Amino acid sequence: MALDDLYKEVILDHYKDPRNKREVPGAALTCSRNNPLCGDELTIYATVENDVVTDVAFEGQGCSISQSSASMMTEAIAQKSVADALALTAQFRGMMAGEIDPDEDTFGELVALKGVVKYPIRVKCAVLAWDVLQEALDGAGEAAGSAPHA
Amino acid sequence: MSTLDIAKIRADFPILAREFDGKPLVYLDSAATSQKPQVVIDAISDFYAHHNANVHRGVYELAAEATDLYEGARAKLATFLNAPEPATIVFNRGTTESVNLVAHGWGRKFLHEGDEILITEMEHHSNIIPWQFAAQATGATLRYLPVTDDGYLDLTDLESLLHERTKILAVTGMSNVLGTLTPIKELTARAHAVGARVLVDGAQLVPHAPVDVQDIDCDFLTISGHKMLGPTASGGLYAKREVLEEMDPFLGGGEMINEVFHDHATWNVIPSKFEAGTMNIAQEVGLAAAIDYLTDLGMEAVHAREQELTGYALEQLDRAGARIFGPMDATKRGGAISFAYQDVHPHDLAEILNAEGVAVRAGHHCAQLLMRRFGVPATTRASFSVYNTEAEVDALVVALAKAQDIFG
Repeated sequence: MALDDLYKEVILDHYKDPRNKREVPGAALTCSRNNPLCGDELTIYATVENDVVTDVAFEGQGCSISQSSASMMTEAIAQKSVADALALTAQFRGMMAGEIDPDEDTFGELVALKGVVKYPIRVKCAVLAWDVLQEALDGAGEAAGSAPHA
Repeated sequence: MSTLDIAKIRADFPILAREFDGKPLVYLDSAATSQKPQVVIDAISDFYAHHNANVHRGVYELAAEATDLYEGARAKLATFLNAPEPATIVFNRGTTESVNLVAHGWGRKFLHEGDEILITEMEHHSNIIPWQFAAQATGATLRYLPVTDDGYLDLTDLESLLHERTKILAVTGMSNVLGTLTPIKELTARAHAVGARVLVDGAQLVPHAPVDVQDIDCDFLTISGHKMLGPTASGGLYAKREVLEEMDPFLGGGEMINEVFHDHATWNVIPSKFEAGTMNIAQEVGLAAAIDYLTDLGMEAVHAREQELTGYALEQLDRAGARIFGPMDATKRGGAISFAYQDVHPHDLAEILNAEGVAVRAGHHCAQLLMRRFGVPATTRASFSVYNTEAEVDALVVALAKAQDIFG
């Protein structure tokens, strides 16, 4: 059993020392969701200026997979355009569905989560933050008057 | 010491010989569903191979055999629970369907605005949601008995919660999360004194302790066959004859009718009135084999053995530094033990245990009210049946140390 694959150092590092884990009271884009499987809850706070994600943070509690995924996500999409952030969201889901073999250029540290694909029930944990992010950024589209992301 | 030969019992359960990555299966999730002895697997196979026909319909020999086996299973379950007669047993898929049947067939007929339904904060969602439906449909009010910090029902305010407006008390006999055994006989007497009916959720109690419905005097008892070594979708509901007779049917269809007219129908006698459509025949026949198996072991012996193992597990988990939710006194609880370990999330813990071949449940256990009560999103739960051993508890504790290594 390749447990080490699942709990790679990078996952544990982000879990024990999460990046951008802070409340952002009054953030323009805030979205919460819970994982009905375990009751974990996650909130994303995002600030978008000129179509660029200038700040993204998260709050909540959860397992090492959901928390590290959220932490890595905040680093991966900071300063990206909304379109690029959503594109990465789609690619991340593809990796979690086992459809995309991730390369480190695109995914960076997120590659560490690849091992989760072997544990189907945990995939939900890994994509939770990304689901919430997409919902928050869809709000950005509406706020800017453009068509909501499909 | 237990009088049961656990090694011999284990040999009756083929699945317990499985290995995962070279590690023997340590199955500690019997509160979710129990494993099945070979005699149960054989009974289902034998039914389909030699006796399969629909029941209560055909005049041919084979149909008579199938009907005898199905009705024989009913008689067996009645005897197992010391029910006064087989007709007081309604077959269905188990506890969830049974509570829904009562909340609908009894609740919608006898509950009115101003009435109260009393349940507890330690109920499984299957003994909460059907009552929410009934309350919404009838205007009755749903009230809850709280839970103490150490996992017992808090009966301090029982008198103000159980009174003449209370029409039914629905309470678990054993918590699927905390393991707590509840004082069902005493609660039944208190409820009857104010004229309320009593439903006991027996999903976790019936598989692990002797249950005598006439001694408890409850009006309803739900039975989950798949948690007591039987097949999934077996089990049903015990209810007093006069209660079943005054209730409305739940599902409509074949077999549950007496006469059908264009605009109305009359109902069959009990229990057929509640058994619409083709039933789970092979499953109930399989349950009969499980009841024979448990009866041979003796439910007193099963209960004593499980208490012995539960006591050992409480001691070992406590020593390992786990925080246990629920009573620490093994005589007041059954073998479903929820715990937290260090700050390791239950999902992470269950995954690490899985890598050691140890199967436990992580999550809210369909008891979100209880999770909120104890301020946790989820717990890890180890739960036992008669085939579990002290060595398996030791394997759990050793695997916990691995979690400490990874997350500590």
